[in-house]
Amino acid sequence: MGKKRPDVRNNTILEVRDLRVYYHTSLGAVRAVEGVSFDLRAGERLGLVGESGSGKSTVAMALMRLIKPPGRIESGQALFEGSDLLALPEQQMRRRRLAAIALVAQGAMNSLNPVIRVRRQFADALRDHGVALTRSALEERIHELLATVGLGPEVADKYPHELSGGMKQRVVIAIAISLRARVIIADEPTSALDVVVQRQVVETLRRVQEKIGASILLVGHDMGLMAQVVDRLGVMYAGALAEVCGVGAIFREPLHPYSQLLIASLPTLDRKGAFQGIPGLPPSLLNRPRGCSFRSRCPHAMERCESEAPNLREVRPDHFVACHLYQTSAPRRELQTALGD
Amino acid sequence: MTDLLEARAVTKVFGGGMGGRRMIAVEDFSLAIADQPPSITALVGESGSGKTTLARLLLGLIDPTEGEVLYKGADIRTLSGSNLREFRRDVQVIFQDPFEAYNPFYRVDHVLETPVLNFGLAGSRREARRMIEETLRIVGLRPEETLGRYPHQLSGGQRQRIMVARALLIRPRVIVADEPVSMVDASLRATILTSLRELHDKFGISLIYITHDLTTAYQVSQNVIVLYRGLIAEAGDVEKVVGDPKHPYTRLLIGSIPHPDPNRTWKGEGAPSAEGARATDNSCRFAPRCPAAMAICCESAPPLFRTDAHQAAACFLYREGDVVSGAEIGEIMIPSDGPSVAHAPIAESAEIRPDA
Repeated sequence: MGKKRPDVRNNTILEVRDLRVYYHTSLGAVRAVEGVSFDLRAGERLGLVGESGSGKSTVAMALMRLIKPPGRIESGQALFEGSDLLALPEQQMRRRRLAAIALVAQGAMNSLNPVIRVRRQFADALRDHGVALTRSALEERIHELLATVGLGPEVADKYPHELSGGMKQRVVIAIAISLRARVIIADEPTSALDVVVQRQVVETLRRVQEKIGASILLVGHDMGLMAQVVDRLGVMYAGALAEVCGVGAIFREPLHPYSQLLIASLPTLDRKGAFQGIPGLPPSLLNRPRGCSFRSRCPHAMERCESEAPNLREVRPDHFVACHLYQTSAPRRELQTALGD
Repeated sequence: MTDLLEARAVTKVFGGGMGGRRMIAVEDFSLAIADQPPSITALVGESGSGKTTLARLLLGLIDPTEGEVLYKGADIRTLSGSNLREFRRDVQVIFQDPFEAYNPFYRVDHVLETPVLNFGLAGSRREARRMIEETLRIVGLRPEETLGRYPHQLSGGQRQRIMVARALLIRPRVIVADEPVSMVDASLRATILTSLRELHDKFGISLIYITHDLTTAYQVSQNVIVLYRGLIAEAGDVEKVVGDPKHPYTRLLIGSIPHPDPNRTWKGEGAPSAEGARATDNSCRFAPRCPAAMAICCESAPPLFRTDAHQAAACFLYREGDVVSGAEIGEIMIPSDGPSVAHAPIAESAEIRPDA
């Protein structure tokens, strides 16, 4: 972190366009993700931050094609290594999971099978993806993977309940990188951990990502964690991206009123009393209001915000905002066309 | 003067029966909350630090294995009749999970009406209604949008604010808030914490704010007690403890907080990775993870040493300082800057930003 990263601007590895995911309930369609577009660049750590119900986890699950009914991917594309993940037959998608695009799930420490030892959890994952190794080669591979996340070889003999939360989460990370996936989607990977352990786990994740040269999409709610970890940040609100830009820019000069208020709501250890809540609540995703979904809480709401939903546009170099405040002058590019092809 | 609520050398041990493993959740903990002036004390600790056990001990929900919890000088286990009612009224709680605190079959009105009826706070139904509406406005909720609803129709933040309102309605002297904002989004967290502070500032209610989050503890409290595996690691003026932490554990904790500022990155090495390492009974519990551990740390457990007028750390690095006994811990705390108001009637209140 802090160190200069190579310009990876046009080196896109995962291209998400106009993703829509609805949950079909008896009351109607909950439009959880409503037109999300972004690029994940090679080798970068992109954060997706939002509050509960903003759709951030739904985006992560949709990219893994793990949305379960009543949820459904309504439209969109996720272009990855020449194919659209959202259009692949399930069998092919299954082969890509873990091997090409791996998930470190929310509360992942509970995603380990409690009745089998860590060794077999690795072995099963590798075998399912057609990795045939001799017993000793497999053992060596597992030890190497465990070492990568800072765990000793003895961990292979343990059952999940014998490990602490942080150790389990590191085992999950080791499995996620076991086939050198190009993209790691980490959905709230540390939300159940104490801050000290959180730091260790996140630093482990960052180290292994840099080692294998993967890209990370880090999904979470903690702006502090994002500031420490990611290169670029997308701020989600009510199922759409409000702002996407470099992490430095968003903390230095957030443009979207929601980003501004969100950052102002963070308590710090520096100044006492210097934080304030955001009045109001997000809109219902069942009956989305017309226009901008933030307007009812926005101190800058204008007439235009009531009738027209703002598009995500590039208003400064590599700084995308969905807000009418910045759309008076001609936009640099709209995301759809800017990074399309 | 007798303190309103006092924990005196409280120890709580779980298990140990039938050959099971003994787990010391809280050991030799002392804290006194005076009625006047009102104070805000934060208890900060990670999972396994004993902070929730302490909350339950202070509320009388569980009994200490050793030591005692006193309400106006009387052991709460001995309270009965009107004294017990008084205790139940004066000491209120806000729990962590606003989703579990409600019976889903009752409208939220029920949560608010029950204490009013139980404690006979209002002379008539109309007065009860007025009090409830008034209190909801104080915590920033619009009564017309809140009353008559079922819990599932409200957001987590709204539910938690109703819990704050319920606690306030009873006009207690002290509120024990156990992780009141850990399940609430950032934008609402600030609003709820502000509501809690206002209970202190405007109504003279003392707060015991229990959290894993040192940042919000810093924002809310005057004094802080940092717990590590059931023992006090460091205590004192929150400005001192956060600004110039003494105990290596407090330093580790502060160093691990992800600051919402990309220019202020995590510094130095991460934690020495000895998670799960167990210290023996007669050694410092932090020694296996401590970068500054000395021989003495493995031989005996450090008492609290005074490092400053309003700061003490349980660490042998500071063994030049005076030992602070449990009974003296109050002297470490800075005196309250809160208003020394008499029990303010709710009707005089100003509102706090209604917004929901």
